Amino acid sequence: MSVSERDKYSGHMTTGHEWNGIKELNTPVPKILIACLSAAFLFAIGYWVLMPAWPLGDTFTKGTLGFDQRKHLAQQMIESDNNQTRWTDPIEQLDFDAIRDNPQLMAIVRESGPALFEDNCAMCHGNNGDGGKYFPKLNDTSWLWGADPNAILETLAVGINSAHPDTRIALMPAFGSSGVLSAETIDSLVLYIQSISTTETSSTTETTTTAENINAGQAAYSMYCAGCHAQDGSGNIEVGAPNLTDDYWIYGGDSVALTATLTDGRSGHMPAWESRLSLSERKILTFYVLSLNGVGDNP
Amino acid sequence: MALAGHDIGFQLQGAVIVTAALVTLGALFSIRSQPEATAEELTYYYDAPIKAGIYLSLIWAMLGMFVGVWVALLLAYPELTFDYAWASLGRLRPVHTSGVIFGFGGNALIATSFHVVQRTSRTRLPDQLSPWFVLLGFNLFCLVAATGYLLGITQSKEYAEPEWYADIWLVIVWVTYLVLYLRTLARRQEPHIYVANWYYLAFILVVAVLHIINNLAVPVSFLGSKSYSLFSGVQDAMTQWWYGHNAVAFFLTSGFLGMLYYYLPKRAERPIYSYRMSIISFWGITFMYMWAGSHHLHYTALPQWVQTLGVTFSVMLLVPSWGSAGNALMTLNGAWHRVRDDATLRFMMVAAVFYGISTFEGSFMAIRPVNSLSHYTDWTIGHVHAGVLGWVAFIVFGTFYSLVPWIWHRERMYSLILIEVHFWLAIAGTIIYLIAMWNAGITQGIMWRTYNESGTLTYSFLESFVAMHPYYVARAFGGFLFLVGAALAFYNIVMTVRHVPLARNVTNDASVGPLSVPTGEATA
Repeated sequence: MSVSERDKYSGHMTTGHEWNGIKELNTPVPKILIACLSAAFLFAIGYWVLMPAWPLGDTFTKGTLGFDQRKHLAQQMIESDNNQTRWTDPIEQLDFDAIRDNPQLMAIVRESGPALFEDNCAMCHGNNGDGGKYFPKLNDTSWLWGADPNAILETLAVGINSAHPDTRIALMPAFGSSGVLSAETIDSLVLYIQSISTTETSSTTETTTTAENINAGQAAYSMYCAGCHAQDGSGNIEVGAPNLTDDYWIYGGDSVALTATLTDGRSGHMPAWESRLSLSERKILTFYVLSLNGVGDNP
Repeated sequence: MALAGHDIGFQLQGAVIVTAALVTLGALFSIRSQPEATAEELTYYYDAPIKAGIYLSLIWAMLGMFVGVWVALLLAYPELTFDYAWASLGRLRPVHTSGVIFGFGGNALIATSFHVVQRTSRTRLPDQLSPWFVLLGFNLFCLVAATGYLLGITQSKEYAEPEWYADIWLVIVWVTYLVLYLRTLARRQEPHIYVANWYYLAFILVVAVLHIINNLAVPVSFLGSKSYSLFSGVQDAMTQWWYGHNAVAFFLTSGFLGMLYYYLPKRAERPIYSYRMSIISFWGITFMYMWAGSHHLHYTALPQWVQTLGVTFSVMLLVPSWGSAGNALMTLNGAWHRVRDDATLRFMMVAAVFYGISTFEGSFMAIRPVNSLSHYTDWTIGHVHAGVLGWVAFIVFGTFYSLVPWIWHRERMYSLILIEVHFWLAIAGTIIYLIAMWNAGITQGIMWRTYNESGTLTYSFLESFVAMHPYYVARAFGGFLFLVGAALAFYNIVMTVRHVPLARNVTNDASVGPLSVPTGEATA
């Protein structure tokens, strides 16, 4: 049944088999394919001789080069650390003023800051430190815990309302839902707070009623708010109480947002970075966030 | 399942299964109520499931590729989730991957395997029911998988996301498929088994083994969707990538090589260039692919000796892979004028070229130092798409444009111009996609490993992501062109079936009787 025939085009014989019209030529395997296959086998055998390769029960062939990826990695990590300690050690030991006075160290601070910030901080505070609702803006001049670099370094280490034992704690009480203040008092407080901030609010048209309400709000403010936010509303960096007289609001400055803040309270969360970033990295980040506003305590 | 399930996702999955089962039962009932196949009809090839498989494949292609363009756009414009949980990237992406690999590719493989095994064995599928059980059962698996992803049901293993109940169902379907295929081969009226059938058989057999082992898991409850893998830690990772890479090997390569080995010589009307190369390539691929999976886990907790085996077998694998591609291209010797004039054959030629390109790229990326640059970047995505767009989809479309007129007994495809337009859309889309992803991947890889003199990172991850935006837009555009081409194919095939007149000399399906020569595509 199987009869070989010669293919007119290639001159090769067929195998004599046919499946629904498909035939096969009996062309020999090209020499180049055999050569490549041999080369690939030789490469593999060479690799097996030099490197860890074949399992032998509970061990394996170690390879004549003695290469081990874990040892290699550990070695690379040590070299990298040694390379970096020449500048991480001085940054960790010196205070901020001394670092600022050292041009070599400041060059490293400047080149390392942006990537550190974007990899660790930007997801909450924004790529340029613009912040957003619930996440404080970092590229302005107001600082919840003060503009002193050591204060910022402390916040980075222990966080705010975090799991760190020495965490900073900032808690805005829930005056409304705890029953301390009535809805009317909160309404008047909102009007008063809006009147002392520089935020433009369209709702506060000057009428007698609002003027009266503002006065009532001022009284309540002195009683319940001034303890943390200060009598003049300028805030208190000791307890992380925001300044209420500027035009920046973490949770929004409109009546709805302020009413929600007063009614249900707020307690933001900033993670502690002490165990995740080294001291030198936290110091670099301190310099970087202080430089974001372009005017403040620039490095 | 629908009533007793512990979680809402499981209940909805049950509802999907009940609905599909009712539809299938209804269909079976209407088939049963028709008269039994006559003795004369039984001497014909059984092509009805093939026709259904082609349509199902095209429907999944539309769905899977549309979702593909969507997820591509999501990476450039994340607001396109429209704030729906089901439209988030993590849920839509497996709908895309399973939709195109299993829905589009799987249905095309099942349909063409039924066609090839009958023609090359000169016999009919052994019974009426099991081909339908395999085809519809497989599509039920795809449907349960895709709807499950949207509900957030996944076991988080790439290309093996469906949960335990869907996996068990697929085992039943797949073993039926294997038995059906073996029974058909056993009935063959040819002395030898044709190469294409070796590949299809390897595809069916190995996918069964891979699927069963990688999905060994313990359900939390038989009334809930969640299960936990039998493996943990690096063993789990190795099992997954042994599966994952062999899914590429035996699903996306072996099966489609089977397709190539039948439709390319048939369309080119040329004998296979070398039977000996077929043998070397088949056994080379089948043996060596099994070892290559560990190259997905370079520089991880996986012991280095396993990585070494992954590198070396991946490099050796290149030779038989190129053997197959070369065998296909050399088969076209004497038919290159047809390649020039016939876009259908050109689809198959380009498929063989992309098969060669992507297998070279794969072996190259498996080498550890190259992998240290390419791993975790979009280069990997580009590599996969060189395979699935350039190789898998091209061979499927070339095959469908040949197969549709053959099994529906039409004179020709509805529009040859549309095939030509599809070809250029597909090749433009593929090239735009690949160039975008190569650039994106290498840019990412380099940005991630660039250090300042002080030893700190120069770029943040965010910067590398922002840098991807133009490439992601270009990728979505390339994918869109490919989708439009596939839509043209769907339209063209539907119009062929509806409007192209029957071929004059074939009034019914080719007979399988030993005395009569099967015609159909023999004369096409």
